[in-house]
Amino acid sequence: MTPAGFLSQLLQVAVALVLAPLLVGWVNQCRAWLSNKSAPSLLLPYRTIRKLFHKDAVVADNASPVFRITPYIVFGSMTLAAAIVPSLATDLPFARAADAIALVGLFALARVFIALAAMDIGTAFGSIGARREMFVGFLAEPALLMVLFTASLISGSTALPTIVDTLAHRDIAIYPSLAFAGVAFTMVSLAENARIPIDNPATHLELTMIHEAMVLEYSARHLALIEWASALKLFNYSCIGLALFLPFGIAQPDANWLAFVAAMPVLIGKLAVGGFALALIETLSAKLRIFRAPEFLGTAFLLAVLGMLVAQLLGG
Amino acid sequence: MTSIPLWSQLINLLAAVLLLLAFAMLAQRRVLTLIDLFAAQGFALACSTGIVAFATHQPHLYWSAGLTLVLKVGVLPWLLHRMIERLDVRWDVEGLINIPTTMLIGIVLVVFAFNLAFPIAQLANTVTRATLGIAMASVMLSFLMMITRRKAIPQVIGFLSMENGLFFAATSATYGMPMVVELGIALDVLVGMLILGVFFFQIREQFDSLDLKHLEKLKENE
Repeated sequence: MTPAGFLSQLLQVAVALVLAPLLVGWVNQCRAWLSNKSAPSLLLPYRTIRKLFHKDAVVADNASPVFRITPYIVFGSMTLAAAIVPSLATDLPFARAADAIALVGLFALARVFIALAAMDIGTAFGSIGARREMFVGFLAEPALLMVLFTASLISGSTALPTIVDTLAHRDIAIYPSLAFAGVAFTMVSLAENARIPIDNPATHLELTMIHEAMVLEYSARHLALIEWASALKLFNYSCIGLALFLPFGIAQPDANWLAFVAAMPVLIGKLAVGGFALALIETLSAKLRIFRAPEFLGTAFLLAVLGMLVAQLLGG
Repeated sequence: MTSIPLWSQLINLLAAVLLLLAFAMLAQRRVLTLIDLFAAQGFALACSTGIVAFATHQPHLYWSAGLTLVLKVGVLPWLLHRMIERLDVRWDVEGLINIPTTMLIGIVLVVFAFNLAFPIAQLANTVTRATLGIAMASVMLSFLMMITRRKAIPQVIGFLSMENGLFFAATSATYGMPMVVELGIALDVLVGMLILGVFFFQIREQFDSLDLKHLEKLKENE
């Protein structure tokens, strides 16, 4: 482990922690603009988190320890994921510990715990939210794995930094398989981040909510951690997407610190465009009935498998 | 990573688009969108034929491309649209199997077709050899569409898109059939379409619907 690698690792996690609420604020602002409303402040998510940290936590009487530790586990796994996904540099000491498949497992760990905590209190909303979350999750995970396998097939490795290095250094060529995988990945990340065709992030009391139903019982610092973790999840998914499909501008292992500094504005620019695209998708589409979710995610799985097959057949 | 020539890449891309459109048709519920998808498939086919013609310097393929463009993007969709208007059938398409299952069967078919085409593609040395598997897959997917649909018009669209797949297979395996054969097929498809149109009107007159399950009965008073 080189000191430079260690430093870039630390910096990358710090940047993820700081930028994640900003990305959520930006997406909300774009959504408000697109639907002709006056936009909330860009910094609103930070204020919400700070406000929640200053409040006293209330926990239900019948809550078990699972309910108390879940926010920390969810936040911890999202932070660890932020350490693995190469968003600024590919020289990451942490990333050797876990490849793309372990990353999917990390997301699954967070999902399992948040579903357990939702069922722990025993309210009707919590159980229904947990059930729906697992329903969406078991459909989204295979599609996500297939997307990652497509990229692994092209670059010959399941380690994310190696994938990014290979994809960033290839000749300019048209990859139909990556285009398929890109569309599939967009659909999966919409579903995983509780975005509009599957879930509505703007609602707090509706029978159709999924993510919000699970975290209804949380308050104060627990809620702050959960909110921060879901912002981090959105940030991580965006960074995975950017790393796989637009891997340009990420600092390479042999680069000096200037490349690392240059990677920052590139990342912010890409995230800003990506966030706007997300807001646009959300504004243009309507929420699906929950029983249409298998069709939506089935299509994502199909596209990802097609991408893999086409990569096999056409050699990339 | 070996670099492939640009033409080959473009043909591969269009082949992938063809496959995607075949799946989109398989999953589509609405008959009007189905026709639009069919037209888009025809357009992708015409583009890829044109590129093959340019890349291999075969002027007769330009004619095929032009013919495809006129027939499959212009005339046939127009005929289908008019037929739907005259028959007044804008219902959602009813599948025999639900859509996610159909798509999973479709994936199995694609794997089968790719495996089948792989040894053939190894022997060939054309620019388009890699796309043979995709062509076979789209033929099979259209076949699946014809099997899983209950109404007459989607079945006919499946038939037409199967012809698209066959045409693409011919282009990718042998750089297209001789001009006479191609003209014959084009005319066949057009005439077939007209005859099927007459059939539609007859079927509807007889049964008041285009649901083909009525045709399974042998006698009227059964």
